[in-house]
Amino acid sequence: MLQVSIYRYNPETDSEPYMQDVQVDTGGKDLMVLDVLELIKSQDTTVTYRRSCREGVCGSDGMNMNGKNGLACITPLSETVRNNKLVLRPLPGLPVVRDLVVDMSMFYAQYEKVQPFLMNDTPAPAIERLQSPEEREKLDGLYECILCACCSSACPSFWWNPDRFIGPSGLLQAYRFLADSRDTATEERLAKLDDPFSVFRCHGIQNCVNVCPKNLNPTRAIGHIRNMLLSRAT
Amino acid sequence: MVTAVTSMGRSGLYDWMMQRVSAVILLAYFIFVGCVLLNGVDYAAWKALYSQTWMRIFSLLALLSLGLHAWVGLWAVFTDYLTERLMGTTGNVLRFLAQAVSALIMFTYVVWGVQILWGL
Ligand code: SF4
Ligand code: SF4
Ligand code: FES
Repeated sequence: MLQVSIYRYNPETDSEPYMQDVQVDTGGKDLMVLDVLELIKSQDTTVTYRRSCREGVCGSDGMNMNGKNGLACITPLSETVRNNKLVLRPLPGLPVVRDLVVDMSMFYAQYEKVQPFLMNDTPAPAIERLQSPEEREKLDGLYECILCACCSSACPSFWWNPDRFIGPSGLLQAYRFLADSRDTATEERLAKLDDPFSVFRCHGIQNCVNVCPKNLNPTRAIGHIRNMLLSRAT
Repeated sequence: MVTAVTSMGRSGLYDWMMQRVSAVILLAYFIFVGCVLLNGVDYAAWKALYSQTWMRIFSLLALLSLGLHAWVGLWAVFTDYLTERLMGTTGNVLRFLAQAVSALIMFTYVVWGVQILWGL
């Protein structure tokens, strides 16, 4: 029997959050954490969490498993369970809506700030804007982000200043468009990132790199942005 | 909301650069002083070293770097932990006080250091 401890909070009935202990029969299989949650939900339908694709594509089920953020659907028990114990909490640093569901508005607001779309003021060609294979390659490791918020909610700088520090996820996307050969708004984008908070609150702690379920490296992208700001200023 | 009004240069890049440059100067200074000490100095040699203008300039530079470095670093710490977000308006008051106190301390050290270096 796996010992699971789940963070429970229903603002309509609970005055404060509490941890609920549940025993789960995994049948000796190395299930994914999401499977365990589904087993629990089949017993107690009030347990609340987000999920959709159940294969690490949609980014809905980011949560904190035994202290580390990740996607429940692609985290096998063998990877996270120690001493037969599994502690599930919502992503840290974001307001809890209910149980494992957090309010992502602050996270999305930062994403919106970086204008995550192609900006190009030259007339659009008849068919499409072309890119060489080398130019396209620069976007690898950037475009794959699924906005699960595992990284930003693991970043201390984002916990303290979620309204002013863009956070690893948003900055990875900022760089994704700075690095795109078809985008002509580089200067405009950089000018918006030069304040002491947006980029420079990153202290290189690398929690983001440590948790990203898609194995992306926001810290490296942040380093590239800093270098672009540096060469723009010198 | 935490504002950038008390940051060093309004620009994150500027603060970041200051932090790096002052760190390099401090490192160079401490390595230099460390080497002198390791080679063994007596009072006379120590006094002779510090009576040379270049050494005084180097020391003053290190002192100013320390002040700058501390300002940028503490500003980042204060704007992380002493904020309206974490403790309401008290955060803003506390942060302002903490910044004022650290500015005063750094200013005192710089003036005092100048006095010592030039034996005023
Ligand atoms: S490297 Fe930067 S963005 Fe990543 S967790 Fe650390 S402070 Fe946050
Ligand atoms: S960078 Fe990784 S951890 Fe962060 S939001 Fe994107 S996929 Fe999730
Ligand atoms: S359910 Fe879609 S990423 Fe886990």
